[in-house]
Amino acid sequence: MTRDAAAVAAVQTTRLGRRYGQVWGLRDCTLEVPAGAIAGLVGPNGAGKTTLLQMIIGLLKPTEGQASVFGQTSRAHTAATLARVSFVAQDHPLYRDFSVADMLHLGRVMNPSWDQGLALARMNALGIPPKRKVKSLSGGQQAQVSLTMALAKRAPLLVLDEPVSSLDPIARLEFMRDVMAATADTGLTVLIASHVVSELERLCDWLIVLTAGHVQLAGPVDDLLAAHRLLTVPRATQDAELPGHCIHRSDSDRHSTALVRADPARMAALDHPGWQADPVGFEQLVLAYLQRPPAAAAQDDPAQAAARPGPTTKAVTR
Amino acid sequence: MFRFHVDGSSGVPPYLQLVHQVRQSLLLGYLQEGDRLPTVKDVASDLVINPNTVVKAYRQLEHEGLAGGRPGQGTFITGSLSPDPPEAHRALRASLERWLRDADAAGLSDEAVSALIAVARHDMKKEKV
Repeated sequence: MTRDAAAVAAVQTTRLGRRYGQVWGLRDCTLEVPAGAIAGLVGPNGAGKTTLLQMIIGLLKPTEGQASVFGQTSRAHTAATLARVSFVAQDHPLYRDFSVADMLHLGRVMNPSWDQGLALARMNALGIPPKRKVKSLSGGQQAQVSLTMALAKRAPLLVLDEPVSSLDPIARLEFMRDVMAATADTGLTVLIASHVVSELERLCDWLIVLTAGHVQLAGPVDDLLAAHRLLTVPRATQDAELPGHCIHRSDSDRHSTALVRADPARMAALDHPGWQADPVGFEQLVLAYLQRPPAAAAQDDPAQAAARPGPTTKAVTR
Repeated sequence: MFRFHVDGSSGVPPYLQLVHQVRQSLLLGYLQEGDRLPTVKDVASDLVINPNTVVKAYRQLEHEGLAGGRPGQGTFITGSLSPDPPEAHRALRASLERWLRDADAAGLSDEAVSALIAVARHDMKKEKV
């Protein structure tokens, strides 16, 4: 699927925030996911991933800011909002006393673009008899029914909140295979929250890292990787001397390894004779941002982090 | 039909892995001009990777003049990579084998040999800059 830069974004949030009592679950979240992208949302437990997803799909009302899907504001619980997204929650909610066939019937009645052929084919391929009651299915099978309903809804945006945690590796692979095929076929946009970082590399072309209710990093994976370097420098090197923003640093006796968001204006400095600059891998990049102390993260504006020359934030692990 | 594979632990971006595989297969003769490459959807679902990754790899191959899309038919191999001239190849291989035997005699492990090659290449690149 080729992406049109001028096309309206599948997901857009502007200074989105949600407060629970005195505590902000998510704050100042501004990001964009283009149509046709597969975006990975990564963050530790309690980082605000589910809060963000629920505001995007209109299940939760923002305290401040706004979210929109394909250019239309997500408003909590309106039919128009809900029709544009398929959502699979962490706990795979289904009606326990319904049969599988009843669940699919419900899906067909409630969704104008429902693909019954796809739903039945998946159930058949998975060996789940439509007559079975939901409550008699295993946890993995229930997850599969719920994921099947999300795919069969044929909404242009598929939002998955930790979708595959209850599936075995093969079932997980088979589900993601169907999602990749749907993306290739119909240009489906996918937003997927997951802890399995190693799996995301091959699935995602867009990345969002969230910690402590703040966006740390967001953008096209290729651009993000190109903007970072892993520097091996003498131990005595100060963060301020590094040509960019130090995200993560570990010091050994004589040398230090620093993951740096390189300042485009100072790229030439990477050729320093005493330094070695290596490209950064996907998992390495994600883990570096996840490991930042929340304090360093909170005072950082990710949108300007690349442009701002210094002072750098101390994020030292020893 | 040509089949790709992706190694998740190699550290090489998936799209580059696809490009390398086509280049390598052209060198080895497994792929020839006129061969059809699998569709984006087939590669994406076969390997369970992002379809945009496949699109990007095919675009890179087109840019290099190695592949081209025919509307409604798919992506085809349009170019070829001439393998290294066999003469030079043979001579290089002979000297490499001599060197490897010396390394073995000096007690270098496979790992040490790889590390030595990596360091030498790295330093040569630096000298060029």
